[in-house]
Amino acid sequence: MPLRTTQRSIQLVGDRTLRIVERIGAIMVFLGMILMRSGTSFRRFGLVIREVFFAGVQSLIIILVSGLFVGMVLGLQGHETLQNYGSEESVGVLVALSLVRELGPVVSALLFASRAGSAITAEIGLMKATEQLSAMEMMAVSPISRVVAPRFWGGVLSLPLLSMLFSAMGIIGGFLVAVVLIGVDDGAFWSQMQAAVDFSHDVMNGIIKSVVFGIAVSAIATFEGYEAPPTAEGVSGATTRTVVSSSLAILALDLVLTAFMLKGWN
Amino acid sequence: MTNLVNISNLNFGYGLRPVLKGINLTVPKGSLVAIMGLSGCGKTTLLRLMGGQLRAREGVVEVAGYRLNDISQEDLYALRRRLGMLFQFGALFTDLSVFDNVAFQMREHTNLPESVIRDLTLMKLNAVGLRGVQSFMPSELSGGMARRVALARATALDPQLILYDEPFAGLDPISLGVIGQLIRRLNDVLGATSVLVTHDVQESLKIVDYVYFVSDGVIVAQGTPDQIRASSLPFVHQFVWGEVDGPLPFHYPASTLRDDLGLKGN
Repeated sequence: MPLRTTQRSIQLVGDRTLRIVERIGAIMVFLGMILMRSGTSFRRFGLVIREVFFAGVQSLIIILVSGLFVGMVLGLQGHETLQNYGSEESVGVLVALSLVRELGPVVSALLFASRAGSAITAEIGLMKATEQLSAMEMMAVSPISRVVAPRFWGGVLSLPLLSMLFSAMGIIGGFLVAVVLIGVDDGAFWSQMQAAVDFSHDVMNGIIKSVVFGIAVSAIATFEGYEAPPTAEGVSGATTRTVVSSSLAILALDLVLTAFMLKGWN
Repeated sequence: MTNLVNISNLNFGYGLRPVLKGINLTVPKGSLVAIMGLSGCGKTTLLRLMGGQLRAREGVVEVAGYRLNDISQEDLYALRRRLGMLFQFGALFTDLSVFDNVAFQMREHTNLPESVIRDLTLMKLNAVGLRGVQSFMPSELSGGMARRVALARATALDPQLILYDEPFAGLDPISLGVIGQLIRRLNDVLGATSVLVTHDVQESLKIVDYVYFVSDGVIVAQGTPDQIRASSLPFVHQFVWGEVDGPLPFHYPASTLRDDLGLKGN
């Protein structure tokens, strides 16, 4: 009897793993289709700009406010720890490096997945449920070219910009707490930050991360919407899957990218 | 008169469940043909096979000279530029205004200047009596108005063949009459050919040239509206006159009521 239970557990784990691998494969194939049919998005760039507005501009408030709070908390925690070593002037370095290397790209991607990713999935899923995608197909217009690709590129372009704004707001938040509130010397705050933060290693690596996260979140969001069963339950399930899968993908990719970046891509 | 649609010995099913069995059907050029039957009898499947949304398992589906069984994506899109389709609830693009919905295909498939597209779009909207709502969004339209806008969109590029999927579903009697007359008028004015899938007998018999009756995946009767009205076939008689009982029983097959209620003895 215990042998049978063990067998069944192994079977269940194997089945689940296969399904996850299959889904990742399907997302990669879908991504390939988007890339092949992106011509319209580049020829009529207005379609992408429109999506940058919906995905990016409309996510600005949540990104800016979150960035400010995260930076303030970093300022408080950093000052609290660093004063034990008598180096509270380095709080600017701590805030800036934490933000541009890790928190900026990761937290803004998580927020983007919840705010814009879920909206993209719901929109495409509802277009499918109300036969709008079928109507487009019947007009000899590919929904991948006309609906999916502009939203994908809109997301890919928006996320790095949002991530940079998140980091910038975070640094302002850290400044407000450390310098204005606690009284750390502002000259030391800025000069140490300027000396310690390297553009190519720190800022560029953060931007590379946010581009990769943008591709992952946008591909998952558009895929889930396009493949959603055309029912209310199907669309709601797809929206949930977008947030869960995107969050896991962001954290897993962050680990891989950080490992490569710390090793200098060698 | 030559045929625009030729279907012979068609068999089709979803999975192992057969939906259409041995269908033979022709649609002559310039005519308005109705396919009628109960919900779930396979008539919408038949329409989807004509539009190339589904591929036949056995038999031949030929539309405007294209054999759809093994048509390439390129040829299918070439054919669809000559088709128009009205979906059950219009399937208007919810993120575009009424004007942009009707202008959609012109912008996608032609290089016409915007001033010409504007004039053509207004003429199409005028033909369905809705020039006055050009700036409305689809969410601001009633069901009947949405159906008329969808009709203007379906005829935007003066198609050779127009497919209608349940155009009368859920309409009030006035809208129903308006849509019926528009379908007939547009067919004649554009010199198009139309296939109408519906279970609204009385309205359809007023406007169509020929009727096919489908029941359980098989064509059980066909003829002109007068022949159908005068038909003595029990199924057609029950369907046309809306009789509760007949060859299609009121009760779905089940065990006896006594058995289900657990009543024993006499």
